[in-house]
Amino acid sequence: MSDTSLQEMPKASSLSRDVWNQFRVHRGAMAGLVIFTLIVLAVIFGPMIHTVDPGFMNIRLRNAPPSWANPMGTDNLGRDIFAQVLQGGRVSLAVGITAMLLALFLGALIGVLAGYYKRLDGPLMRFTDLFLALPLLPLLLVIIMLFRDTLRQAFGPETGIFFLIVFIIGITSWMQTARIVRGDVLALKEREFVLAARSIGTPSRRIILRHILPNVISPIMVSATLGVANAIITESALSFLGLGFPPDFPTWGRLLFDGKDFLTLTPERVFWPGLAISLTVLSVNYIGDGLRDALDPHIRGR
Amino acid sequence: MLNFTIRRLMFAIPTLLVISFIIFAILDLAPGDPTASLPMTVPPEVRAQIRSTLGLDEPFIIRYFLWLKQFMITEPLNLIESSFGITIGEGDRLRLTSWATRSPVVDLIAERMPQTLWVVGMSQIIAVLIAVPIGVISAYKQYSWIDQLGTLFSMIGFSVPTFFTGLLFIVIFSVNLGWFPSIYDTNHVVEDWDSFVFQIKQMIMPTMVLALFTAAQISRYMRASMLDNLNQDYVRTARAKGLKEQTVLLVHVLRNSMIPVVTVIALNIPTIFGGAIITEQIFRVNGIGQLLITGIVGADIPLVQTLTFIFAALIVLFNLIADILYGMLDPRIRYE
Repeated sequence: MSDTSLQEMPKASSLSRDVWNQFRVHRGAMAGLVIFTLIVLAVIFGPMIHTVDPGFMNIRLRNAPPSWANPMGTDNLGRDIFAQVLQGGRVSLAVGITAMLLALFLGALIGVLAGYYKRLDGPLMRFTDLFLALPLLPLLLVIIMLFRDTLRQAFGPETGIFFLIVFIIGITSWMQTARIVRGDVLALKEREFVLAARSIGTPSRRIILRHILPNVISPIMVSATLGVANAIITESALSFLGLGFPPDFPTWGRLLFDGKDFLTLTPERVFWPGLAISLTVLSVNYIGDGLRDALDPHIRGR
Repeated sequence: MLNFTIRRLMFAIPTLLVISFIIFAILDLAPGDPTASLPMTVPPEVRAQIRSTLGLDEPFIIRYFLWLKQFMITEPLNLIESSFGITIGEGDRLRLTSWATRSPVVDLIAERMPQTLWVVGMSQIIAVLIAVPIGVISAYKQYSWIDQLGTLFSMIGFSVPTFFTGLLFIVIFSVNLGWFPSIYDTNHVVEDWDSFVFQIKQMIMPTMVLALFTAAQISRYMRASMLDNLNQDYVRTARAKGLKEQTVLLVHVLRNSMIPVVTVIALNIPTIFGGAIITEQIFRVNGIGQLLITGIVGADIPLVQTLTFIFAALIVLFNLIADILYGMLDPRIRYE
């Protein structure tokens, strides 16, 4: 090959650029990305602009309709709902993202181990099947009931519950990731580049970290987005059943739980946090959908 | 086929045993004392007596086997006795009792089961009725506006949590329009036309909330499965034979596409029971989900253990049903 033919090659396109170009075509995914970014920004920077303390009770302004001072009105104790939704969003998103990271780590670890080491495959996959057969929502409720008080004493009411909820959501939602990763690793393991790496004496640990993991990053990313959505819904469901965070510590689910007794009086109280959950989950699901298309070389080629 | 079924069954039983052990262990080894909620004035020796009457003095493994025996042998025998009016053996067995109400756990569950079954069953039927047409039309007119609308429906359907749709329904249909009652009246007896209408009215919201959520998922699978089949050779053959488009679509393609969808529906049913926990809480349906929450809040360990195990058994059972159905409907799956 001469130098000229090299220069005539089309403009270099990296994998990430290809993926981004395909992702941009997916209108739903782009809309999801924009909305999700807006929600994240609002939740992070919102309390700096809207500087009302979410716990401040203004008894004279109970159940107030929306106004400039309280854009979403106030609750039955005169607390500002907008400030609570922003504060609750911080907690809900933090729980969602941390729990997803834990689930992803576990799922990737178990998937890679099961796919790469033949001896571990059988036991680990039986273990995964077992977890898939557990009734998750009842079990989560039960675990929270049993361990709430112990953790509350150890870490304080808010941090303790945060750890507990993140931990139990994380250890009960890694199974899908593990299965997908295992399947991909099984196929990758037989490819020539892995054989080449092994033939020059690369230790297994380095083969996994350098050759296998980068190649399974796309299914992991897709399950990451779905994991965030799932974790946010689970946390809200737990809080909604009254078994999540303590009272007067706002999360989106908790706000719904507190608001559901005032449906006739102030229906906005359930509308805003519910809308926040739904929009977040919807946008994350759309991002996941677009990411799946963008990372799939069969679709990207078209 | 029988061989296949038996092999599946052999796998389900150890799974159930392991799960029952896990559930029992989590609940039993957790910190917490059932006498903690008693008044402070109860002297310690009485507390110790209460603990021993609850059977807490026995070692862990003995309590596990006792629970297993009570749930797996005693209760089925009781059921047989009461339904056929016969007595097997001595007839008076130690039953699993709830700590809070002191009545047999199985009776409590049997009382609550019909409400849950009605709501879950109806929602499942409605979900299929909504999802199948959406899936068929979406696939047949792929990328048309109706397909986009179907996609949006299913995306919204499984992104909006049931506890939010439930509350929205209450705000719209009970508070503002006043069409349906927001609380499910379980004492209501259907005896004439008016009470039947009332029963329908109070069931609409809980079932629709669950149905929309389920329909969103089923319609996705339906669409994907239809798309797979529409490009197959047999469809072209059928068209070439001059069959009506309607026959091709609704007889040839739909029947084949339903095979994976039927198993998805079966696999989904335990999830709906889980979802019913939330819906029952919103609409105050006193089904097993609400019983579970009551048990959890009241720290009623035997009740919660049994209910959680029933949820697990449902998952294993419907996995089994899905496997067998798949084998029955699609001969290619019966690898034997």
